[in-house]
Amino acid sequence: MESLIKHISKPHPVTGVTNAKLGTWCFLASEIMLFGALFSSYVLLRVGAGTAWPRGSDILNVPLATLNTLVLITSSVTMVMACASLALKNLGKYRLYMGATILLAFVFLVVKSFEYGHKFEHHHFPSTSTFYAIYFTLTGLHGLHVIGGIVVNTYLLFPGSALWKKDPDQFMGRVEAAGLYWHFVDLVWIFLFPVLYLL
Amino acid sequence: MSGHTQEEIRHHVSIYLRVFGALLILTVLTVGVSYLHLPLHAAIAVALIIATVKASLVAAFFMHLAGEKKIILAVLLLAAFFFVFLLTYPSLHAL
Amino acid sequence: MSKNAVNGHGPAAAHDSHGSHGHDLPFWQKYIFSQDHKIIGMQYGLTALLFLLFGFGLVMLMRWQFAYPGQPVPFIGGLFSDDTMPGGVMLPEFFYQLGAMHGTIMVFLGIVPLAVGAFGNYVVPLQIGAPDMAFPKLNMMSYWLYFIGGCVMLASFFIPGGTAQSGWTSYPPLSVIAGQGQTFWLIGMAFLINSSLLGSVNFIVTIIQLRADGMTFNRLPFFVWAQFVTAFLLLLAFPPLMGAAVLQLMDRLAHTSFFMPSGLVVNDQVVAGSGGGNPVLWQHLFWFLAHPEVYVLILPAMGIVGEIIACNTRKTLYGYKALVDSVIFIGFMSFIVWAHHMFLTGMGTKMSAFFQVTTMIISIPSVIILTALVLSLWGGSIRFNTPMLFAVAFLPMFGIGGLTGLPLGLNASDIHLHDTNYVIGHFHYVVAPGTIFALFAGIYHWFPKMTGRKMSEVLGKIHFTFSLIFMNGVFMPMFIQGMAGVLRRMYDPTQYAHAVPTQPLSVFSSVSAWCLGLAQIPFIFNFFYSIFFGKKVEENPWHATTLEWTAPTPPPHGNFAVAPQVYRGPYEYSTPNHKNDFWPQSMRETN
Repeated sequence: MESLIKHISKPHPVTGVTNAKLGTWCFLASEIMLFGALFSSYVLLRVGAGTAWPRGSDILNVPLATLNTLVLITSSVTMVMACASLALKNLGKYRLYMGATILLAFVFLVVKSFEYGHKFEHHHFPSTSTFYAIYFTLTGLHGLHVIGGIVVNTYLLFPGSALWKKDPDQFMGRVEAAGLYWHFVDLVWIFLFPVLYLL
Repeated sequence: MSGHTQEEIRHHVSIYLRVFGALLILTVLTVGVSYLHLPLHAAIAVALIIATVKASLVAAFFMHLAGEKKIILAVLLLAAFFFVFLLTYPSLHAL
Repeated sequence: MSKNAVNGHGPAAAHDSHGSHGHDLPFWQKYIFSQDHKIIGMQYGLTALLFLLFGFGLVMLMRWQFAYPGQPVPFIGGLFSDDTMPGGVMLPEFFYQLGAMHGTIMVFLGIVPLAVGAFGNYVVPLQIGAPDMAFPKLNMMSYWLYFIGGCVMLASFFIPGGTAQSGWTSYPPLSVIAGQGQTFWLIGMAFLINSSLLGSVNFIVTIIQLRADGMTFNRLPFFVWAQFVTAFLLLLAFPPLMGAAVLQLMDRLAHTSFFMPSGLVVNDQVVAGSGGGNPVLWQHLFWFLAHPEVYVLILPAMGIVGEIIACNTRKTLYGYKALVDSVIFIGFMSFIVWAHHMFLTGMGTKMSAFFQVTTMIISIPSVIILTALVLSLWGGSIRFNTPMLFAVAFLPMFGIGGLTGLPLGLNASDIHLHDTNYVIGHFHYVVAPGTIFALFAGIYHWFPKMTGRKMSEVLGKIHFTFSLIFMNGVFMPMFIQGMAGVLRRMYDPTQYAHAVPTQPLSVFSSVSAWCLGLAQIPFIFNFFYSIFFGKKVEENPWHATTLEWTAPTPPPHGNFAVAPQVYRGPYEYSTPNHKNDFWPQSMRETN
């Protein structure tokens, strides 16, 4: 039945995109609005607090977060290299780069857990102040998105890669879609990092 | 990325690596500037400008938005437009 | 690849099993976890109709308290526990539970799933000539997320402390300090939001990518345009509510203070927590969704009305281009009017001016659409069958609803009318004799395509006549009460002397509501009876022009044995020098 649905592997002649690509970008548009709501809350709460709002660098661990920023940026590079490897028809290189992406994502989460753990040890919880509240919520929701990305990427690395033999174009489309999502997760962090930690 | 020649893909890869380098530099830059302890409004402006440049690089080259099909750009433009209202209007409540 | 017969068999062998070639799927895969848009559409439809009935039941119970405050509910009062109605007298807590859940269930579990999930899913792929939605698995997941969300909402009635009782709007601080039911509401909403999100992606990609050859955007039926714009509203407006729900869950469970101001005192106790939050933040995030949401409620309805009017006037719709441009413009504007729900929250004058202006502007395309639909009747050869009666009645009812919105959209008059029964009257006119009438029309209209039988016209006309009368009976008095200053969401509004003179209107509304309930019985009976014993009809009993009527009845898996080729616009009725008074979109020769 799936064969009846067109533009799964090959792009639509007029729009120039596959269904999955268009669908993924629509989904990312909705994610822009989701994080937009949280950033909007941050702005409103900070403006309302005036000078009482603490400096992020006084409270949060900038070196650790800088490391995490570099980790996530690197994982974006390995992700895009994974896509390029598939375009060059090199499944082995694809597996390497995809594996590296997943590994780096885990590193990100481990570093994050150290950060959170340190805060909890010192009795700093979301309830402690609106700064901590928005910090934990924004980074927590971002972290959940990282976990989601790990799940998807792991699927595409192992069981999902069987599609490469049956329909390489469709598989490459799936990896590209996962890549778009992963870059978006990186994008959110690119804004989260300075806003929460440096200002 | 389907439909590109091997030559084009290798060219893309060299772009990815250069973007990677730029992102690393910009990250170091944004952290370095924070140590200058600029007045708040200047600090916000610099941080957001650097972040926007980084994000644009990721979007344009990793997400292939540079030269992407019009339908995709249209959907994003729509979201970006409403994003601005969502981000700013609640804080302007008392205006 | 475009003109493939189903699985290589001849057209006659178009079968209705999914996936594998010629195998029949087990029952649970064919009807329960189906990936076929038509089955999913019917699942949405049945579930939504049940929720509509339940949500209506809630308010029929509530209307006793409105009419006779403090009096025991007769007949069924004894059936309720002492936690809700001791001695048959409704407790205020229970009254507010009924109110909050009536609104929530009708909007999120009833109307949107019916208008978008049921009608959208079933009709859109057929009308664009596609074999199914772009992402069938995602479609299935959307339904089950909706189902789970509905279960969570229903389950909340049975937990200690009862269900959510802070209005469908869940304003903090009240919603943050309320009982467990509110947590269920938030979790239920999370499921519903994600269901809608996945569905909207499906609709957008399907309409853009899977139109049949020759089905250009300007040949799309108006219904498809309406669903297309609606999908964008769902895609971009729901996520902020998801964010807000996360924040409110954090406030309730992790004791954050996103919405809790400093120094809040409840029942003489200072509320624990860091404070520093802002209740108005919730309102902004909520209404950022909830205003586009009301256009989600009305646009599919306008689409349905357009289809039925064209078909039953045997004329093309007046002003197709104006209609399309207007729905697009409405969709766009709907994102920047939201704070007209918040005029009384200490808003500054510049912000207030902005939202008043955008709100006035958005009324223009609405009027254009209404006018075009009315003008479509002029000179038509009108068939007053049941779907047409509901579709035509929609027009003045929506007109009343829309016009009564104007004083609410202007700050000066809204100061007097905000949070009164006037608001209730306004939005119910748009949604109840507005959207719900359009949905009834759609059911009567597309029933023959889904089942191969027509619903009874006699029962349909009875259903229509009494529904029209009693809808007006329920909601018209509310405008008068509102202008007299009677406040909404009041357990006993007569505690204020100024509300006492209009109390007889509450009785009138309540009696009308109970009669409206009775008026649905012929519909419910008609619906189920006709599935089995209705008059059998052929593929295109209404002689309509759009593509769904060229598919077999009921359409098999894959819809069309051969992918349609579209030659003309959607409403070629009464074309001059044509033998028949309708010319289907995919028919090549003159017939």
